[in-house]
Amino acid sequence: MSDIEKLSYEEALRQLESIISELESGKLSLEESVDFYEQGQRLSAHCQALLEAAELKIQRVDDDSQP
Amino acid sequence: MQTFSVWQITRHIRGLLDEDGVLGGVWVQGEVSNLTKAASGHWYFTLKDAKAQLRCVMFRSAAQAVRLKVKVGDEILAQGRISVYEARGDYQLYVNHIKAVGGTGDLYRQFEALKAKLAAEGLFDPSRKAPIPDFPRQIGIVTSPTAAAYQDILNVLRRRFPLAKLILSPTPVQGKEAAVQIVKALQALNRRTKADVIILARGGGSMEDLWRFNDEGLARAVADSRIPVISGIGHEIDFTIADFAADLRAPTPSAAAELATPNQADLRMDLDRLTGQLDDLFDGGLANQRQALRQARQTLAYASPLNSIQQAQRQLRQGQSRLNRIIHQDTARLNEILSSRKKALEAANPASILARGYAAVRDEAGHLIRSASQVRRHQRLTVQLRDDHIRVKVEDQ
Repeated sequence: MSDIEKLSYEEALRQLESIISELESGKLSLEESVDFYEQGQRLSAHCQALLEAAELKIQRVDDDSQP
Repeated sequence: MQTFSVWQITRHIRGLLDEDGVLGGVWVQGEVSNLTKAASGHWYFTLKDAKAQLRCVMFRSAAQAVRLKVKVGDEILAQGRISVYEARGDYQLYVNHIKAVGGTGDLYRQFEALKAKLAAEGLFDPSRKAPIPDFPRQIGIVTSPTAAAYQDILNVLRRRFPLAKLILSPTPVQGKEAAVQIVKALQALNRRTKADVIILARGGGSMEDLWRFNDEGLARAVADSRIPVISGIGHEIDFTIADFAADLRAPTPSAAAELATPNQADLRMDLDRLTGQLDDLFDGGLANQRQALRQARQTLAYASPLNSIQQAQRQLRQGQSRLNRIIHQDTARLNEILSSRKKALEAANPASILARGYAAVRDEAGHLIRSASQVRRHQRLTVQLRDDHIRVKVEDQ
């Protein structure tokens, strides 16, 4: 679950979407749907936090410190 | 047989022209005739040569920028796109630029020749265009960091999608060596970075300023780029060879930055919508579960032994109360009998007879005298009254 912190916005959003379609399928047990819901809430909060904290990072192509 | 309305078939023809890669941005050389400079500011004229004529329109915004004195009979180069004016059913050249035919005429011929050559090679084919990613994590930028265009791009990216990381691959965008430098900057991004998309940008300028982007080597480097390239060169009206080679052409550097990124405001709306959906689904699921639980409990309640126990209890209570009623009735009857007996007993009590004023007479031995025949003259008797007894002597008989 702490892996969520490491997800990119796009990945977190995709996971949130897939959680929603799982919930929509209506095939989950109560326990599962509680887990999925909590997971979804965490993903949503993570996305929100990414947007709030985002600050454009700029580097140059000749800067060797890049990944 | 399929029939079309005039409008439908005209739309179809217009669609064919608008999709055409060549007609989207052409240079046409010819002699000006039928020139009308309308009060609205638009120019209408015809370009002709020995064998053909082409209707042209130049809208006010473009016409205002023309410094050349254009008059009937001039040989000029007109740049623009060819499309259909549906209301009249005319195809015409929508002119953006006009140049005098002179020293630079060779450049335009070079432009057209290079464009035709690369188009023939398939370098501009739609099938070669790579899709632009929705969520770029890293955006490569090939431009001059000192130019206003670079600041425009930064502003747009900060506003729209600050989640991305920018990788600037700096290069001069004018001067003799510019094309070679731009190619190197593109290649550096491809070789050394994981950029998801590249913005190739230069601010507006004259046709000569933008000329470095009409370079064959640059066009090939753009087309060969592993990373999708969005071009934003000059203004809306400017087309360069690099634009045709790019995976996506944006009218300006700012527009290129917009095309490269999702909009933060849209993202927030999407996120809100998804989060709301998540809540709704979860609440809905929970409500369903609760409903199922309620039903199960009801079913269980019907099937429960508690029911028969309760029924037995009810019967027991009914029996008890009947019993109570009966016992109560009997007791009342017995009480009645008892009290009537008591009354009878009361009535028989000698004390109560004495209380009513009667007296009991006894002889000296204590025997009750019940008849006058039992006494003699001068005999002593005891008379018992309610409160006490008195002794008397019989005087006469």
